Amino acid sequence: MQWIGLLIIVAFFAGFIGMYNSLVQLRNRVKNAWSQIDVQLKRRHDLIPNLVETAKGYMKHERETLSAVTDARSRAMGADGVAAKGQAETSLSGALSKFMLVVENYPDLKANQNFLALQEELTSTENKIAFSRQSYNDSVLFFNNKIQMFPSNIIANMFSFNAEEFFEIEDAQEREAPKVQFTS
Amino acid sequence: MMWELIAANRRKSLALFAGMALILCMLGYGIGYTVRPDGGGHIGLLIAISIWLILAAMSVFGGGSLLLKLSRARPVSPDLHPVLWNVVEEMKIASGLPAMPKIYIIDERAPNAFATGLRPEESAIIVTAGLLSRLNRDELQGVVAHEMAHIVNRDVQFMTVAGIMLGSIVLLSQVFLRGMWLAPGRSRRYSPKSTGKIGPQGHIAIVFITIALAILGPLLARIFYFAISRKREYLADASAVRFTRFPDGLANALEKISANTIPLESANKVTAPMFIVNPMETGDGMAASGLGSTHPPIHERIAILRNMTRGAGLLQYQRAFSKAKGKPTMIIPSSGLKKDKPVAVREPHPDTVKPKSNKAEVRDVLDLMRAVNGFAFLICACGLKIKVPPDFGEPRIECPRCKRKNEIPTAKVTDVAEAAAVIGAMVGTLAGGGQEEIPTATQQSVKLPGADAPPLEYYRRSSGWETFSCSCGKLQQLSPAFSAHQLNCRKCGRIIRVDPAK
Repeated sequence: MQWIGLLIIVAFFAGFIGMYNSLVQLRNRVKNAWSQIDVQLKRRHDLIPNLVETAKGYMKHERETLSAVTDARSRAMGADGVAAKGQAETSLSGALSKFMLVVENYPDLKANQNFLALQEELTSTENKIAFSRQSYNDSVLFFNNKIQMFPSNIIANMFSFNAEEFFEIEDAQEREAPKVQFTS
Repeated sequence: MMWELIAANRRKSLALFAGMALILCMLGYGIGYTVRPDGGGHIGLLIAISIWLILAAMSVFGGGSLLLKLSRARPVSPDLHPVLWNVVEEMKIASGLPAMPKIYIIDERAPNAFATGLRPEESAIIVTAGLLSRLNRDELQGVVAHEMAHIVNRDVQFMTVAGIMLGSIVLLSQVFLRGMWLAPGRSRRYSPKSTGKIGPQGHIAIVFITIALAILGPLLARIFYFAISRKREYLADASAVRFTRFPDGLANALEKISANTIPLESANKVTAPMFIVNPMETGDGMAASGLGSTHPPIHERIAILRNMTRGAGLLQYQRAFSKAKGKPTMIIPSSGLKKDKPVAVREPHPDTVKPKSNKAEVRDVLDLMRAVNGFAFLICACGLKIKVPPDFGEPRIECPRCKRKNEIPTAKVTDVAEAAAVIGAMVGTLAGGGQEEIPTATQQSVKLPGADAPPLEYYRRSSGWETFSCSCGKLQQLSPAFSAHQLNCRKCGRIIRVDPAK
């Protein structure tokens, strides 16, 4: 009978270790996903000055639009924490999309190869942010579920695994339910 | 969640693999037994397995790279085609692939794409030049996502292994049936009496089963193979939509690709399942897509995608699929469906590329391929774009249209004072035996002859494709996306500074 008791203790410890390790693994997955987003956000911040500099020469009368973009960028760069960053990046996205709409009125600028290359880079970076945000939020959901559900919540409490924040950048496009198209 | 899908796929693949392996083993044993009832069965089994092993080894060691060589695929760098590179990078992030796949372009006008690589870490995505010239950004993203899905879902690996199995089964039964035809008396020479344990009825039964298996086995295996291949195509479409969140991109791309009538030269039966649209069935998009086809009918794939108006998740694809087919066949493993979150469809990108004429499209393809192959471009004053081959050694080239002599721009020595300083330092190192002024030059282990020469300078004339020659005569190319400030000559290693147009 003694060895049965021993077996139960061993099984208990094995389960304990396994659960702890899987929590660590999940938290690392969240961290890794976040660093992927961070790389893309930095890339976007680096691209914007070049873009504005190129556009300046063509858009003499659009100072407000341009300064809105630069201001939003500096605010986004200063933001700290996942939620604050999400908010700042949302307003930056808004300023950028306004800027891109204004660009449509400047055919000379749209023909500039340098500007086109920058625009492609920016488009791609925004896509990458969107895609990495999705995988980040997926992993956060998975992690948060794990630390709130029994029995892994006991270990999460013991070793203070805290719930992670979701990264929300609201695409203005995603929210608007009816599709509005301006045909010219 | 994608990993659920991968796990479900792996289980199914294993089951199918086991079924095919069983057919192969039975066939091998039966043939051996028919030819030589006393112990021949085991030898037959051994032969069947070794045929399979040899074919498998051939495809594992030679497969991917051989195919790339056969199709004369050229690797792509980010500045050669930034859009393609970016799109692949985006899809790498969206699909969660651990490493960036290699990207290649094939010099073909037929629009198509495929993926290779037995492991996701060593994969490659190959597109034709015709595809790049025809699709816009969203469409290209759809195609790349479909190929990425093949890589992530381990389809390349699975279809290769299944293809080898199919090949071995076909080979064995062909040999057996031909042999029977040529030497019908052979199996009768060993009379049923000598078989020992198995009675005469048993012997005849085994022979009959073997013959039936040799006739039906390849047929069965083929039906299995093609059914799985078609299912994998649907699954890749569903995953592609999930990655891009934009069903219309892939649908438009499929429409454009199916409208093509130019055949793809570098495709064959083995590689066909990996292409986005079956390259063996060009002509009309409605081409025969029955039991013996690797891809589902393209109009059906488009119809499903067009039906996805509510969202871009796997569940929406399954619903659209059931609606289009009229029957609730499960195309996506239910374990993958349950955990999948609804995904909203995104808006299309504003189109920056205008639709091009057929002629302009051909020209684009040719220019891209020349750029990939190291050709240089020079714009003559008469407006003609002169293409200069990479080994053109002269300083001037005659325009074929207006006969004007065009000088190939050269990079000049930069600042005299700076150049003198560099030369002085070099002389110093030569004379004084390595002073500390230019440690970088002395530390370089592999040095090209021109690496120490004073840097050259080149002022860009435009922001498009541009060509100039180094002082050693090697032509250098700048793409519109070139953004660095200097480059090293690819032949002599000399530093050339590149400045924007004055």
